[in-house]
Amino acid sequence: MSAELAEPASKIELPAGVGGGGEIPSFDVTLRVRRYNPEVSEDATWDDFKVTMYGTDRVLDALHKIKWEMDGSVSFRRSCAHGVCGSDAMRINGRNRLACKTLLKDLDTSKPITVEPIKGLPVEKDLIVDMEPFFQSFREVMPFLINRGHEPTKERLQSAEDRERFDDTTKCILCAACTSSCPVFWTDGQYFGPAAIVNAHRFIFDSRDDAGDMRLEILNDKEGVWRCRTTFNCTEACPRGIQVTQAIAEVKQAILSRKV
Amino acid sequence: MTATIQSPRSGKPSSGKPSSGKIQPKYRRTGGSKGNFEMLAWLFMRLSGVVLVVLIFGHLTVNLLVGEGIHAIDFGFVAGKWADPFWQFWDLAMLWLAMLHGTNGVRTIINDYAEKDATRLWLKIVLYAATTVIIILGTLVIFTFNPCPVANGVQLPGGFCPAP
Repeated sequence: MSAELAEPASKIELPAGVGGGGEIPSFDVTLRVRRYNPEVSEDATWDDFKVTMYGTDRVLDALHKIKWEMDGSVSFRRSCAHGVCGSDAMRINGRNRLACKTLLKDLDTSKPITVEPIKGLPVEKDLIVDMEPFFQSFREVMPFLINRGHEPTKERLQSAEDRERFDDTTKCILCAACTSSCPVFWTDGQYFGPAAIVNAHRFIFDSRDDAGDMRLEILNDKEGVWRCRTTFNCTEACPRGIQVTQAIAEVKQAILSRKV
Repeated sequence: MTATIQSPRSGKPSSGKPSSGKIQPKYRRTGGSKGNFEMLAWLFMRLSGVVLVVLIFGHLTVNLLVGEGIHAIDFGFVAGKWADPFWQFWDLAMLWLAMLHGTNGVRTIINDYAEKDATRLWLKIVLYAATTVIIILGTLVIFTFNPCPVANGVQLPGGFCPAP
């Protein structure tokens, strides 16, 4: 059986000088990585690494190259490396992004690319931060289904419209890019943060869930939704494109319509 | 010669770093606020903002655009306005709403930007003191305004006094 399937035409335009099949243009790029090791010094410093990378490479690939070939002590988190696990959120050129979803060619490679840990959480080493405060806020909004009715024998059915209501906030991968881009969270770390509110939103507006009131009460705290100043940093930072600020506004509205 | 390697995340005090599962005190939320103060403050900001837009633009129109506009403003103009309970109420509402709206705005800014609790406390004391003084003073002026000011038994010029 030899079905003759034509290869789809490539959508990538290669310069004429590039010969041979699949050859990808390479370029030199400098990564300026924020280094911090409390066992050596309390002060954080910048280290520059010059690497030759390819047009298909991401910031994560450059970090791998540095760690594997140049300086093994560079520390960062990554698990799936494909934008699903949310481990490698970091501040690249001053913006929170996933290193595994940021192509080097999309950044300004004429200048050093700065790579820092996400802001507002305690740095443990280099690009690794202590995520515990972030997850504590996440846990406090009870991000799980609470249903007071009888346990059904089959799955809990839901209409497509009811599912659509909270579809956007199901996309969260808990990378903390939003919470650590929030200037209110930077101040004192007391604010619940956009990620916790997004994950509360996912259950508050789920027709199968019965604990929406409890979650709204939790977020009616003085460190809850009312600390949001709608600066939209979270929406811009979200690597999943969740309309975070809108979700927070919807939770505000839900609290108001319940109380007033 | 042997060296002991510290197990990772064992919370060695010298490193000053947290061990896994523990939350640094800075991030611990203490004493959750019961009650709806923050919600009401948030709501008040929106509602007073809308009302203030009407009040302030009405104020500016009447004072600066209608009739002779800005050239008509003098002691007599103000005295004429405050002879009318409508404008007394208008200015009173503007004073109270603007002061409370502004105070609440500055309160949130202090909450967001003050880093030490002591700084926060003192800034708020100054803020609330200033607000109280201005609201009381302004309210007094609106209600005790005298179009015929008298000093040492002599009528001051520019006043509007009833015929003797």
